[in-house]
This record gives sequence, C-alpha cells and structure tokens, in this order.
Amino acid sequence: MNEIVIEAKDLSKLFGDFTAVNKISFQVKKGEIFGFLGANGAGKTTAMRMLCGLSIPSSGNATVAGFDVYRQTEHIKQNIGYMSQKFSLYEDLTVKENIRFYAGIYGMNKVAIKEKMNSLLEQLKMSEEQNNLVKSLPLGWKQKLAFSVAILHEPKIVFLDEPTGGVDPVTRREFWNLIYEAAEKGITIFVTTHYMDEAEYCNRVSIMVDGVIEALDTPSNLKKSFNAASMDDVFLQLARGAKRLAD
Amino acid sequence: MKQFFIFVKKEFFHIFRDRKSLLIIFLIPILQIILFGFALTNEIKNSNIAVLDNSKDETTLSIIQKLNASRYFKVYANLKTQADIETVFKSGKVRMVVVFPPNFKQSLLQSNKAQIQLLADASDPNTATTITQYATNIINDFQQEMNGQSKIPYQVQPQIRMLYNPQLKGAYNFVPGVMTMILILIAAMMTSVAIVREKEINTMEVILVSPLKPILFIVSKAIPYIFLSLVNLLTILIVSVTILDVPINGNIFLLMVESLLFIITSVSLGLLISNFTKTQQEAQMFSLMSLLLPTLLLGGFMFPIESMPWPLQVVSNIVPSKWFYIIVKDVMIKGLGFSQIWKETLVLVGMSLVLLFISFKKFKIRLS
Amino acid sequence: MKKLLVILDKEFRQIFRNPSILRMVLFMPVVQLLIFPFAANYEVKNVLLTVVDHDHSSYSKKFINKISGSKYFKLTGYEPSYSKAMKSIESGTADLIIEIPKDFEKELVKENKSTMLIAVNAVNGVKANLGGVYAASIIRDFNAEIRTDWIQVPTFNAQPTIEVTSSNWYNPLLDYKIFMVPAILVTLLTLIGSIMAALNIVHEKEIGTIEQINVSPITKLQFILGKLIPFWIMGLVTLTLGLLISWLVYDIVPVGSLTLIYLFGVVFLFTVLGVGLLISTFAETQTQATFVSFFVIMLFMLLGGLYTPIESMPDWAKLITKINPVAYFIEVIRMIILKGSSFTDVKIQFFSVLGLGILFNVWAVFNYRKRS
Repeated sequence: MNEIVIEAKDLSKLFGDFTAVNKISFQVKKGEIFGFLGANGAGKTTAMRMLCGLSIPSSGNATVAGFDVYRQTEHIKQNIGYMSQKFSLYEDLTVKENIRFYAGIYGMNKVAIKEKMNSLLEQLKMSEEQNNLVKSLPLGWKQKLAFSVAILHEPKIVFLDEPTGGVDPVTRREFWNLIYEAAEKGITIFVTTHYMDEAEYCNRVSIMVDGVIEALDTPSNLKKSFNAASMDDVFLQLARGAKRLAD
Repeated sequence: MKQFFIFVKKEFFHIFRDRKSLLIIFLIPILQIILFGFALTNEIKNSNIAVLDNSKDETTLSIIQKLNASRYFKVYANLKTQADIETVFKSGKVRMVVVFPPNFKQSLLQSNKAQIQLLADASDPNTATTITQYATNIINDFQQEMNGQSKIPYQVQPQIRMLYNPQLKGAYNFVPGVMTMILILIAAMMTSVAIVREKEINTMEVILVSPLKPILFIVSKAIPYIFLSLVNLLTILIVSVTILDVPINGNIFLLMVESLLFIITSVSLGLLISNFTKTQQEAQMFSLMSLLLPTLLLGGFMFPIESMPWPLQVVSNIVPSKWFYIIVKDVMIKGLGFSQIWKETLVLVGMSLVLLFISFKKFKIRLS
Repeated sequence: MKKLLVILDKEFRQIFRNPSILRMVLFMPVVQLLIFPFAANYEVKNVLLTVVDHDHSSYSKKFINKISGSKYFKLTGYEPSYSKAMKSIESGTADLIIEIPKDFEKELVKENKSTMLIAVNAVNGVKANLGGVYAASIIRDFNAEIRTDWIQVPTFNAQPTIEVTSSNWYNPLLDYKIFMVPAILVTLLTLIGSIMAALNIVHEKEIGTIEQINVSPITKLQFILGKLIPFWIMGLVTLTLGLLISWLVYDIVPVGSLTLIYLFGVVFLFTVLGVGLLISTFAETQTQATFVSFFVIMLFMLLGGLYTPIESMPDWAKLITKINPVAYFIEVIRMIILKGSSFTDVKIQFFSVLGLGILFNVWAVFNYRKRS
C-alpha cells in the first residue's frame, strides 16, 4: 500500500506575529501509524487541527484523503475520524447512545450501525455496560470506547490528539492494540503524543520543535542517527535546543 | 499568613485573565443604569386617545383641543360610529375613547348639563385610572375657564408638593433598584461560581491538602469579588451622578460603608450557594433563580411591598435586597443619616453573620 | 434529514437526563405564575398618610375622617407640625403628608375657597402619582359634599356643569393580575428560549464535545436546528402549562383565539431562541453566556412595556422597542387575551417578530464557525 493519504507542503500557521507552525512538509502513506511527536507547545495540535479542517492554514498546502484543506474541508470531515484529548464522548449518554449518535452523524444506516455496534461491544468486552452512562466508566474504558467510536464509520484516516493521557501502562498497551488492528484494516493513524515510549509503536515518527519538524523517520533509524538508546533520548537531544517553553 | 495572600493573588489572576468576562461584568451594569435611568419612568404621558364627537360644535372642539394640547394625551383618531370604538380598542392603538353626545353645546346652555363619557381600556388598570383622572381634571379645568369669573364656590384647592423628586424622575427610583440588583447578582453569583469551579476541575483537593486554614481559603475567594463589586459600585455611582443627574444627598462615606456591608452579605450568599451546587452551570442557574426573582419582585423597587398579600410581605423580609434598597434610597435620595438607617443596617449585619456561619459549618463538614 | 433526527435524539435524551433543565421548564413556570402576579401588584392601596391639622375645626375633622376612611389610604400619624410629619416620611412610616392650614374652615366660609398642602414622597413615581391622584379625587368629592351642605340647589344649578362619567373596558374590576399574568408568561418563554439555549451550546464548548461535532460532517444548519428544535418544543410546553395555570388559578380565559396565541408563540420562540444562539456564538464560557443573556433579557423585558408604559419613554428608547420581540409579544398577548384582537390587528407585530427571528437566526448560523 503505497498510496499517499496525507500530504503537507510548507504548511504554516501564524497567530498574529507568533508562528505556531513553520513550513512543515511531510507525507503519510495509507495504513501507516504516523506519530507526530513534540513537547507541549511545539505546534503539534495546531498542525493537526489544520489537517482536520478545524483551522485554516496561513500559508502552504496540504491534502487529506485527496481533499484540499483550504477548500474542501467538508469532504475531509466525511473521510476522517477524530479523538481529542478530552475524549469527547457525552458523559450523560449511555455507551450505546454515544455509539448510535456518532454513527448516525457520519451517515451510517441502521443495519450497519447495529452490526458494528454489536461487534464493537464484544470486542471491547463492554456488552454488559452498554446501557450505562459513560460517566460511570473508568478512564481506560472511555478511551477505548472513544477510539472505537472514532473509527466506527471506517474512515480513511483517524486523527488522535494525545489519546492516552492519564492512563495506566496496561490500558495504554491495550489501547495501542486497538490502533494496530485498525491499521491492519487499512485505516491510517495520525497520532500526536508526548509519551516518547509510544513513539516506538509507530511506523514513522516526526518530531516537532518550536514549530518546525526537526526529524522524520522510523524510530529505529532515528535512534541510529542520534546514537540514542531510546526515543526518549532522541527527543531530549532535539529538545535541548528548543526555545519555546510549554504553556 | 503569607499563604493567604498567595491565594488572594491567585484569585485575582483568575479574574483578570478572563478579559471578556471582566468587560461584561463592568460594562453591563453601566449600560443598564444608563438605559433604565433614562427610559424607565412611571410618568404617564403621550397616551393615545380617540374621540367620538357626535356634536362637532365649538365647545366639543375646544375640549378636544385642550386634551390634545396637554402632554398627557395625543388625539390619535376621530371615530365616526359607536362600532368604531371596539375596533380601535382591539387594534391596541388607543388607551381611551372620549365620547361626546350630540348637541353638546346646546344641552349645556339650555339645561345647564351635558355629559362626556370617558371609556378607558382597562387592560392596564393603573394607567386607565390615571388617565381617566387626568382627563377629568382637564375637563374640569375647561369648565372653570368657561364659567370665567363666577367660580364654583366653596372649593378646597390642594397644593401638591413632590418631595425629594420634584420632577418625578424615574431614575431616582430605578437607580437604587438597579444598583441593588447588580451588586447582589454579581457578587453572589461570581463568588459561588469561583468556588464551584475549583470543585469541578478538582483543584479543590489540592488546596484542601495545603496548609491553608479553610476559613482563610474561603476569605481568599471572597476578597477579589468584594473588591470587584466595589469598583462596580463606584462606576455605577459615577454614571448615575454625572449622566443621570441623580443626586447623592447624604453622606457618601456612609453610602460606601453600607454598600460594602451589602456586598459582604451578597458574597456570603454566594458562599452558601457554592456549598449546595456541584457544577458551575448549577451554581449560575441557582444564583440567578434564587436571587434575581426575589430581588426583582420582593425587593420593593418594582412593586410596592405594601400592596402584596401579607405572606409575601413576610417573605420579603428575608430578602437582603429589600433592606439595602431602603438604605440606598434613604441615604442617596432622602439624604438621611445613620440614625435613621441603623435598623436596616443591623438586619444586614445579622444576615451576613448567619450566612457566613452556616457556610463555614457546611464547609467544615465536607472536609471531615 | 436523517442526521437531524439522530442529533435530535441525542439532544432530547440529554435534556431529559438533566434534572436542572427539567426543573426550570416545569417548576419555574408554576412558581413564577403563582407568586409573581401576587407580588407584582401595582394596585396602590394602603398609602401611608400622616395628617397635620392646624385648624381642628369640624370641617377639617370631617375631611380627615373622609380620607382615612378611604381604602386607598391608611392613617398612620397625626402630628402637630410639618417638620414632625417629615420625620415619618424620612423613616418611611408615611408616604404622604396632608397639612391643613389654620383657619381652614374660616377661609372656606369667608372667601369661598381654601387650600391644603399635599406633600408626596416622590421617590417612587407610581405611588406618588396615584397617591396624589387619589387624594385629589377625595378632595373633589369633599368639595362636592360641602357644596351640597351649604348651597341651596337652585343657585347652584345656574352654573353649567359638564358631568364626566367613566367606564372601564375589558377589565372592569381593574384587576391588575389580568394585566400581569400574560406578560409574565411572555417573560417565562423569553427566559427559557434565550438563556437555556445559550447555556446549552456554551456548555458543549466548555466540555469539548463541540470539537467532535466540528470535525464531523454535520452542517452548521443541522447543528443549529438540533439545538433549536428541542427548546422550541419545551417553550411550547411551557406556554401550554402557563395558559392552563392562568385559566385554573386566575380564571383568565382568552377572549381571542388560542390558535393565534400559539401561532405567535411559535414565532416568538423562534426569535428568542435565535437571540440565545447568537449569544452562544460569541461567548466562550458559561459565565459570559449567563451574564450577557441576563443583560439582554433584562433589557428586553424592562424596556418592553412589562412594567412601565412604552409611550412614556423617550424617543430613542421607543426605537429600541421596534427591535424588541418581547415588547411585541407582551403587547399582542394582552390584546388577544383581554380584548380578543384578531390576526389583522396584530399582523404588523407578527411580521416584525418573524423578521427579527430570521435576522437573529441567520446571523447565528453565519457566526457559528466550525473552524477558526
């Protein structure tokens, strides 16, 4: 699968005279797990928002799933999934209701929804909790549910914005299993994180520092070039030169 | 002690960082006072009336002209038939119809008596009563003029003097009212929201675990809003005095001290509310409902408390706004001193103490 | 269309699960309609009166009896001097002072006329107005009584007199509640329509679910309709509840057409919801939304003739009335309920409110941007 699903060329975003994202360029292939790493404040979230159609770039070009980020944002939205830091499930709706809602707004029909919902619940072992309010679920379950809901409509790409915040290592690994399964089905994963160990799980990784992509390669290649034992090390070397402090 | 100041500083940061909210908190009271001060008045003038003149003689025309010339009335239409009366009332365009019978002047000259009918649209009973009275007065005046020298004997003519507010300016009544409303709403609501916000975002535990005494924590929350409300108060007073020409006839210092007291009472209310609500949304809704309505209705500046059924009159006594409104009116407009308002002041002091006591107790219970 | 139904399904579920919203929609109308009309009673009675009688004649006493016997006044004081009487005004135990001068009766007999001073605490305009008006009418009655006492009828009839009779239409008992209740109903709808809708959307902004929606293929229109429709329906439920209470508790039965009231209600809700939506597109936090809504609503209500007559306002304030949907509906609902006005009578107001509704809602849709 060598099809390119995300392409960015000199993409930039300015807020006043503050350059949040400075001419970044990269390509993401179909089925890749692409990690978008960087410290807090490096510009990761801003970059991702441009790709999702949530923010208009100041300059540069990008296409997502073949659609232009300036003029075809609605098409982009129909072909992507999204999961944000805050999880974005409705706490006052049940598991089932959340699934039905999000499936519905992506245009899935009743039959498809029923099928997918059942298999999803089984897969996540949440069949017993389907009628419980999301509010009552433990954090790790909410995450897994949010991710599954994000890919329910089988989008081409799913964007994950710091999805594993505040969760124990076991749950994190389970979460990444879900990501692998999705990638195997051909869904491209674009994930931002500041957990450097998660970088090891990705096919390729880009590291942003002060709004610029300072490194882009597979984790093993990066470790080799930076003479590092872990991705943590790679990042520390790059980040030492960083001028921007986290907010 | 140093910790206490750190907390106070933190609160101030919270407030000043939220520029939009800050703007709203200050701008809104000013706008309200200006708008209401100028636009709201209980004076009834420029009421539209219609005339059904079945005579159309000199006398009736003179009377109609006199009515029209007064600032209370404007003749909107001349009706042609009895049926028109219902139509014009239904259209909502006039508040009263003046009906002259045929041969008015003749009747007056020949049988010394003639009748004018005033039909008032009593949908608004007070306006109806008032304009009926005004019209009657004008017609009586006309009668006097008509009879010239031979005045009606044995007349008691009252002289009317309007105290404190000779021009019957609405602002004199509304400014104290709006001031009361704004102070209590902002002070109470913002304080309760500030505390609940910590509950919501779970920073409460962090603070409770710190070595700061609970009492001081609460006070640290209250201080910025007391300060904010004082600033608000000042802006309101400045606007009222300069733009609305509302006087401060009494001692300004006394006014400020009493206002501070009321602000403290309001903030205590906010503290109490924060004990019962879990989310900011709840805190706001609760504050709004439990403060706005009682203040508006039972505070005494919109509707006279004496006209209410006595259960409501009793309830109005536990609404702090009622007491403060009296104090503001007395000091600002009537120019009275402390000796006349000590009773109301005592009530507010008492209320603040009770509210604070309950809040502290509840807070302590939660901790254990 | 299907997507809209999905959205509505979610909205309704959330609303019914939210106890505070339900409390507002059902509980608030009941409480307000039961308490407000009793409190909002502008009938002026029991005006507190202090009398200063320097004459102590039989006629001064007669007058004092007359005025203290009237239902409008309550005699609370009898002072020897004006300055002492002023103390009761200061302390609030009197609203009005009547000072009868020395030689009141003598002057009346000798000079055929006499005077007395009525001093009114004019801080509260309405009480002052009405207090003065009532006092003046009692004096007039008193005048007439004196004349009948003292004058032989024939001489008196030499004067041509205009007899003024008055009658009150549509509210012959001058019941202030009939005037207030419909207006309160309108304020209820306004509160639900604008505050609740605004808070709801801003709440989503605050908890982040709005981002999830922004990233999905829902159109702006679908999102806004999804917020509008549930509150629209709740508003109509409140209207019905309110009309029921007016009927059961206050015996208020609309003279005019119920259908017309609902028709206007639908359009009115559309407009105030538009206001709420518009506010929510500007506000970032719920605090902001609450304050701005509160301000706008106060503006609409107080400048809308709820409480002070619009005709008495300065011209610039009357202009504001033209874009105030609350003013229109208050006017119209009173007209329909009390006078039975028909659609032709209210069509100008109807189309004005409709126009405003379209303006606010379209503005809100434009303003609601899915990206920044």
